[in-house]
Amino acid sequence: MKMSKVVLLGRLRDIAGWRERALDPPPATLAALRDLLSSEDPVLGEALAGRGVQAAVNKALARGDVALQPGDEIAFLPPMSGG
Amino acid sequence: MAVRVQTEPFDAGRLLGDFSAGRLEAGGIVSFTGIARDATGGSAVTLLELDAYPGFTEPAIEAMEADARARFGVQDLLVVHRHGPIRPGEAIVFVAAAAEHRRAAFDAVDFLMDRLKTEAPFWKKERGPDGDRWIEPRAPDYQDMERWSRAFSDEVEPAASSDTAPKDMSR
Repeated sequence: MKMSKVVLLGRLRDIAGWRERALDPPPATLAALRDLLSSEDPVLGEALAGRGVQAAVNKALARGDVALQPGDEIAFLPPMSGG
Repeated sequence: MAVRVQTEPFDAGRLLGDFSAGRLEAGGIVSFTGIARDATGGSAVTLLELDAYPGFTEPAIEAMEADARARFGVQDLLVVHRHGPIRPGEAIVFVAAAAEHRRAAFDAVDFLMDRLKTEAPFWKKERGPDGDRWIEPRAPDYQDMERWSRAFSDEVEPAASSDTAPKDMSR
């Protein structure tokens, strides 16, 4: 099974203390992934549920909960700072 | 379509020279260079760190560039944006437009900068003597961006922001 990857951006990276990690096997849905990350690190879980935090699957913004496939890259994006 | 997102420092003068070279059809070229300040609101900044999401940040900026190109009918546009650690005094962003007449070039650069300041997928952290601060767009940045929806909208926008804050001239 292909591994999936989770990417954190901005302040989430500082909160979690990591920027990228592999998931093997990946959870079935985005919601399950949030639950998994939250159970491992409640502070990160709270930050992921924070206002304006968006998720992207394979570099496209995801609306609501979506199914995840092996090999997907999931990113969590806090509110953008602009350039 | 010319958008570059890079960690390497750039020389804005050289970018403008290269962009301008051989443009016989252009009546005007406008450029803007954004610089990392050494202080924000009185607090010293020793390092700026811009986090980008490769593969996500570039397409978002390319869409802004394409939008500006279509709206203003410019002949060419160039956007160069840095990410990673940036020291005070170094250039962060460079935008240039070439057009048959100056107004389109001025407007395209102005518009692109307003879009970049409010919507570009970067996460910005300022480092100073008191620690790190994550930065989000300021109210004046949004007010600058709203000028364009007023300019292009057929509908009359509610006059919500009559108390326009002084425009930050630094970027």
